[in-house]
Amino acid sequence: MDELAEPLAALLGAGGVTDVTRLSGGASRETFRFVADGRPLILQRQRAGDVRDMGLEALVLRAAAAGGVPVPELIADSTDASALGSAYMVLAAVDGETIARKILRDDLYAPARAALPAQLGAAMAQLHTIDTAGLESLPATDQVQQYRDVLDQVAQPHPTFELVFRWLHANRPAPRPPVLVHGDFRLGNVIVGPEGLRAVLDWELAHLGDPMEDLGWLCVKAWRFGSPLPVAGVGRYEQLFEAYEAAGGGAVDPDVVRWWEVLGTLKWGIMCIMQANAHVAGFTRSHELAAIGRRVCENEHDLFLALEGRW
Amino acid sequence: MPSAEQLVESVREWLERDVMTGTTGRLQFHARVAANVLAIVERELRLGGDQAVEHAVRLAQLDCADDAQLAQRIRGGELDDRLAEVREMVWADVRAKLAVANPKYLAAEPAEEA
Repeated sequence: MDELAEPLAALLGAGGVTDVTRLSGGASRETFRFVADGRPLILQRQRAGDVRDMGLEALVLRAAAAGGVPVPELIADSTDASALGSAYMVLAAVDGETIARKILRDDLYAPARAALPAQLGAAMAQLHTIDTAGLESLPATDQVQQYRDVLDQVAQPHPTFELVFRWLHANRPAPRPPVLVHGDFRLGNVIVGPEGLRAVLDWELAHLGDPMEDLGWLCVKAWRFGSPLPVAGVGRYEQLFEAYEAAGGGAVDPDVVRWWEVLGTLKWGIMCIMQANAHVAGFTRSHELAAIGRRVCENEHDLFLALEGRW
Repeated sequence: MPSAEQLVESVREWLERDVMTGTTGRLQFHARVAANVLAIVERELRLGGDQAVEHAVRLAQLDCADDAQLAQRIRGGELDDRLAEVREMVWADVRAKLAVANPKYLAAEPAEEA
């Protein structure tokens, strides 16, 4: 990893880069932490074969920062692979916790848990009221069709998901002008301090769409991590909706949020199938991934519970 | 002679007794996942036969040969006049899968907050 120190120092114009540590290696990118002239920074570097455009993500981060959404400061970015071997972003390191279970259980984060429902709602309202001029190159894919296609590619019969797709089609909310949507807004993708929200991370799935998609996704059962509270495991629906409306996000129709929550639950189920398939197809042999394939029925059960009385 | 279920059980117990207690961090986590996987296999060996019969009975009630045909007929709208019945059958299948994969999840059934 020391081989990154010199090019990082060069592109940042820093006197010295030290302590380069690899934080995680996701499927689409690698994340490193390092120190440049005493300042802790984060490097995100795209992996070969990832089709997403990191330049778009940098564009979104700048727009989100300008719109008042708490995000890590973007220090440098480029889609030119010559400096670091692939597209990259350098961001200010934000101290705090990202592990959902710690945020939900540790005493240290009790004040954060009380503050988060309103803070998450306000951050979403700020995000959704950003002017989308200049962001036209973001994807604006129909989410139902996108996951319909993914499930068809998997080519496994899933009667539950077929029932839910029919419900989603029959109950689709009225279309509204598309806004900037984060696309993966939940605990795990935010940095939290003892006092509450510090930064919203992981903008790689940002797109143009219905703002209620973010609210629904935040309430998906998987992101409650076992907590009985529906909003990210920390709050009640009304707390989120009130904060969102108070911060200028516009009126929230709970039924529309529920529609997106159901779609989100379906999406997560299909993602679990994909993860298990990575093992079954042999791309990544892992009993952990194989076991995820047996969790899909949890997701199906959640869908039946969420739709009870609503079919 | 130990049955298949007993063989799997013996390995799961070893993982829980020796491997999980003798490891830390990622290795311990993956040992726990492995023990959970074997517990799933044990439950499938115990419940799978009866569940397969019950599943076939449900499919027959809906005039379907298998899940692929059921999924296709739901998608095509062919079962729209029997959807309440279909949902009950499919949910019963889901509960059966949960009884194997994670019975605790079925027991929890937390009330949805309004």
